[in-house]
Amino acid sequence: MKKTVPLLIVIIGGVIWLAWVFVPHRIIQDVFYYDFYLPWARAMAPFAMLLGVISLSMMHYGKIKRRVPKWQYSFFFFAGFIVTSLAGFIGGTQKGGLYMWIFENMQMPMSATMFSLLAFYMASAAYKAFRARSPEATVLLVAAIIVMLAQVPFGVKISKYIPDISQWILDVPNLASKRGILLGVGLGSVATALKIMLGIERSYLGGD
Amino acid sequence: MSFELFSNLVGAFFTLCIFSFLYKDNPFYQMSEQLLVGISLGYSLVLTYERVFIPYFYQPIFLKHEWILIIPSIIGLFYLFRFSSKLSWLSRYPIAFSMMSVGASVALAMHTSILVQMRQAMVPIENINLALIFIGTITVLLYFFFSKAHTGVYGQFVNIGKWFMMVGFGASFGLTVMARISLLIGRIQFLVNDVFLALKQAFFG
Repeated sequence: MKKTVPLLIVIIGGVIWLAWVFVPHRIIQDVFYYDFYLPWARAMAPFAMLLGVISLSMMHYGKIKRRVPKWQYSFFFFAGFIVTSLAGFIGGTQKGGLYMWIFENMQMPMSATMFSLLAFYMASAAYKAFRARSPEATVLLVAAIIVMLAQVPFGVKISKYIPDISQWILDVPNLASKRGILLGVGLGSVATALKIMLGIERSYLGGD
Repeated sequence: MSFELFSNLVGAFFTLCIFSFLYKDNPFYQMSEQLLVGISLGYSLVLTYERVFIPYFYQPIFLKHEWILIIPSIIGLFYLFRFSSKLSWLSRYPIAFSMMSVGASVALAMHTSILVQMRQAMVPIENINLALIFIGTITVLLYFFFSKAHTGVYGQFVNIGKWFMMVGFGASFGLTVMARISLLIGRIQFLVNDVFLALKQAFFG
């Protein structure tokens, strides 16, 4: 009951899903997929969100309760969460309301800035890789610099061949390496999916 | 001060709070970081309520009286037993339901990641570029084949795959850096055009 039934659901359901790819019959395509799986999965989805909300809230509540280092900042988490949620639930999600105002003037600038920070840290990582002075790191950086230069007018001013070299890098060695990696990932995905379907891989069920 | 300028000032304040991390970790950054997590969670919660809970849970059950959907709702509620030490095993049921689709991924991963890629790779080697792509693909694949030791002539051949990957990673690195830099330019343009120039205009005309 604790592990066998969930395992049976995955195995039997997995076989039906596999049949869904190959069998064009109405029972599989319409009855199973549209009438059963999609509505059921969608009805379950909000509870997964709720799990995330409760989990994160409990984590921050625990931080405040135990007075761990930097616990004070957890109040900002609750402030942001409660104000945004109330703004959405009470005021609605239409443009012009507080909910969208928070999104446009707080969430969006902060997340864009957070991602733009990575430009600095990637530059620093590139510098560290260059200091390693290994031939591999040099090849990596030369390819990166050519691709970067090809995207700005300055690159064309240095040499008119840079955009062509960059395109060649993307079309030939980059394609070959990505194709090799993708084939490996594909084989790994199929093997893992088969292991889950056959009940060999059970870590997703957790312990006990 | 107009409402638009006030809104931009709020955006600028939080932008600068995040940028302050470049100097060192500080209370302004910590505050913005936690606020961002909280706002993102609140934003997602409202969106989930409006776009998933109402159309796929509330309306079918309470307005269209599709009572059968009470069963998946109860199974969905089992997710919350994750927090109970005695009943946490119940949360395996909704997880198992979502894991069912792994059956489809056997065939779909086989198609998209293997068969399509192999079909694209199996073309007549008519020029040097196609030969390089062929050698690159084979050597990269062999590089991850650990059942045979990478020694001798085989090791040297397989090593070619490493060089192909370095060029590929370099290209990905370059493209990612440029994407991040374009975000950085966007933030700087916002600070200069929407905040600094607007402030100058508001106070000095």
